[in-house]
Amino acid sequence: MESISDFVQYLVSSLSVGGLYALMALGLVIVYGISQLINFAYGELIMVAGYGLLIFGRSWLPWLIVAVMSILCAIIFALGMDQIAFKPVRNASPTTMLITSFAVSTLLQNIALLFISPRPRAPRLPSIFVKSVEVVGIRVKIVDVIALAVSIVALIALQIFLRKSIVGLSLRAAADDFTMTRLVGVNANKVIATAFAISGLLAGIVALFWIGRIGQVLPTVGFQPVLIAFIASVVGGLSSIKGAVLGGYILGFLTIGLQTWLPQDVNAYRDAIMFAIVIVMLLVRPEGLIRPAFSRETR
Amino acid sequence: MGNISRPLVSKWSTPVILIGLCVLVALIAIVRDDAVFLRVVTVMFISVLLAVALQMFMGNSGLGSFGQYAFVAIGAYASLWFGLSEQQKRVTLPDMPESWWIHSQHYPFELAIVAAMIVTGIVGGLIGIAFVRLRGASFTIATFAFLIVINRVALQWEEVTRGSRVVIGVPKQTTLWIAVAWACLAILVAFVFKESPWGLKLRASREDEDAAASIGINVKLMRWIAWTISCAMSAIGGALWAYFIVQFTPNNFYLHETFLIVAMLVIGGAASVSGAVVGAISVALSSEFLRQTENWLNTQRNDGTTIGNLIPFQLIGFTEIVLAVVMISVLILRPSGLLGGRELRFPRGTPQPGVTDLAENIDE
Repeated sequence: MESISDFVQYLVSSLSVGGLYALMALGLVIVYGISQLINFAYGELIMVAGYGLLIFGRSWLPWLIVAVMSILCAIIFALGMDQIAFKPVRNASPTTMLITSFAVSTLLQNIALLFISPRPRAPRLPSIFVKSVEVVGIRVKIVDVIALAVSIVALIALQIFLRKSIVGLSLRAAADDFTMTRLVGVNANKVIATAFAISGLLAGIVALFWIGRIGQVLPTVGFQPVLIAFIASVVGGLSSIKGAVLGGYILGFLTIGLQTWLPQDVNAYRDAIMFAIVIVMLLVRPEGLIRPAFSRETR
Repeated sequence: MGNISRPLVSKWSTPVILIGLCVLVALIAIVRDDAVFLRVVTVMFISVLLAVALQMFMGNSGLGSFGQYAFVAIGAYASLWFGLSEQQKRVTLPDMPESWWIHSQHYPFELAIVAAMIVTGIVGGLIGIAFVRLRGASFTIATFAFLIVINRVALQWEEVTRGSRVVIGVPKQTTLWIAVAWACLAILVAFVFKESPWGLKLRASREDEDAAASIGINVKLMRWIAWTISCAMSAIGGALWAYFIVQFTPNNFYLHETFLIVAMLVIGGAASVSGAVVGAISVALSSEFLRQTENWLNTQRNDGTTIGNLIPFQLIGFTEIVLAVVMISVLILRPSGLLGGRELRFPRGTPQPGVTDLAENIDE
C-alpha cells in the first residue's frame, strides 16, 4: 500500500507540474511559431500577474476576482510589450528580437525592483493552496489536483480555439507560413497580437499556481518558469504546439522523478544536466521531438 | 570590396584612434588621481576588452551570444588555479585536493593570464565545434544554456571554485595600465581579424550564409576561428577582473553582467570594433554616473533633506532601467548602434566608397 500510495502521489504531482510546465512552454511557443521571437520577457508576464495578486489582493475583493484581474494584467502587459518593443523590430533578425526581449525583461524586472520592492512579498492566497486531502489513504495536495485540472482544461480550450475559430485558424496558418498567410489577406498585426494575448493569458494562469506553490512574489520570480519553458519547448519542439505540451509533461515527470529518486548531491547538478540536454537537443534535433506540420529550416 | 583598395594609412587609423582614446581616458584617470574614478576606469577597460571580444564574434558572424560570461568565469577561476601559490590556494580554494597536479602550479600573474586564456580557448574551441552548426536564435539559446550550465557547475564544484562562497585571499595585481594594455591588444586583434581574409569571409556569411557557402567559404570554420579567439580573449577579461575585484562568486558571471556587455555592444553598434569600444566606454561611464546619482539621492533621502523628502522610495535598479530603455530605443530607432557600424577614422577628403556599403549591421 505504501508504495502504491507513493506512486499515486508521484503521478499526481508529476501530472500537475507537467501541466503547468506545458502551459509555460505553450506561452513561449505560440509567439515563437508566428514571429520567430523567443520572448525572454515571458517570465516577467508571470511576475506582473504575481504582483497583480499582491496588489489587488490587499483589497476586499474575493480571491477569484483578484486572480482574474491579475491574469488581465498579464495580458495587457503582453500586448503592450508587443506594441511598444517588438512590433518595431519585427523585420529584424531573430538575434535582434531576442536581444530586444532580453532588454524588455531586464526593464520590467528593474521597474518592479524600483517601484515595489527587491524583497519577496507574500500575496494573499486562498487556503486551498496549503491543504491536502486524503483519498483512500493517499494524501494529495488540493492545489496539485486543481493545477492538473486547470492545465488540462486550458490545453483543451486552446485546442478548440485553434481548431474551430477563424482567429485560431489564421494563427495556425501563420505559424506554418507567415508570408503566405499574409498574402491571402490575414492581418499580420492582429494575428501576432492575438498570439501575445494568449501568451499573457497562459502566463497569468501559470502565475497563479507558480506563486501559489512558492507563496511569494519577487522581481526575479519569472526567471525559473522561463527557463523551464525554454527547456520544455526546445525538447518538445519550438515551432510545434503539441511539442510544447509534450515537452512540458516530459519535463514535469523528469523533475519530480529526479527530485524523488536522485541522491541530493547529484540533484544539485539538475539544472546543469537539463541545460546540457537542451544544447544536445538543439544540435541533434533542432526541431524538437515533434516536427512542425510543414517543417521549415530553423532560422 | 573597398576595404582592400583603401590606402594603408586610412586603414590603420582606426586602431590608432581607438588606442589613443583608451590611453587618453587612462591619462585623465591618472591626472584626476581619484581612487573611485581610477577603479571605475580600470573596470571600464576590462569591459572594453570584453565588448571587443564579443564584437569580434557577434559583429563579424551576425550570431548573438549570451554565453560570453561562461568563458569569463572559466578564465577568472583558471587564473586562480595557475596564479596562486600553494599556500594561497589553501586559503582561497581550501577544497582543492593537494594531490592534484594543478595544486602545485604557480606562475607569475602575466603567465597565469596566458594559461587561463589557453584553458578557456580549449574549452571554447571544443564546445564551439558543436555550436557553429547552429543558426540564428538556436545559437543564442544554446550559448545561454551553456552560461547556465557553467554557472550551476561552478556553484557546486567546490574543489575548483570554492562553490557559492565568496573567493578570498586573491592579491590585487591588476593595475590600470595592465588593463589598458590588454584592452588595446584586444582592439588590435579584433581589428586585424576583421580586416583579414577570415574576417571578410565571416562578414560575407553574416550577410548571406548560403551565398557565402556557395562561393566556397567554409562558414563553420570561419565562425569557429572567431568564436575560439573570442572565448580566449574573454578569459583575459575574467582573469584581469578576478585580480582586481578579488572577491567574487560564480554569480558575478551571470545574467546581469551578460545584460551589461550586450547592452554595450548593441548601443555602440555591434558591426564595428569602434562601436564596441565607444559603447563600452559610454555605457560604463554613464552607468557609473547613474549609480552615483542613485546613491546620492538615497543618502539625501536617508538624511531627510529637502531634496530627499521628494523621493518616495529607495532607488534601486534605476541604472538598469535607463540602460534597458536606451538599449530598446537604439534597437528600434538605430538598430546598427550609435556608430552605425562604421569605424572611426581620420577624415580623408572624399569618403571611401565601399566602406559603408558592406551594410555594417547585424540585422541585414
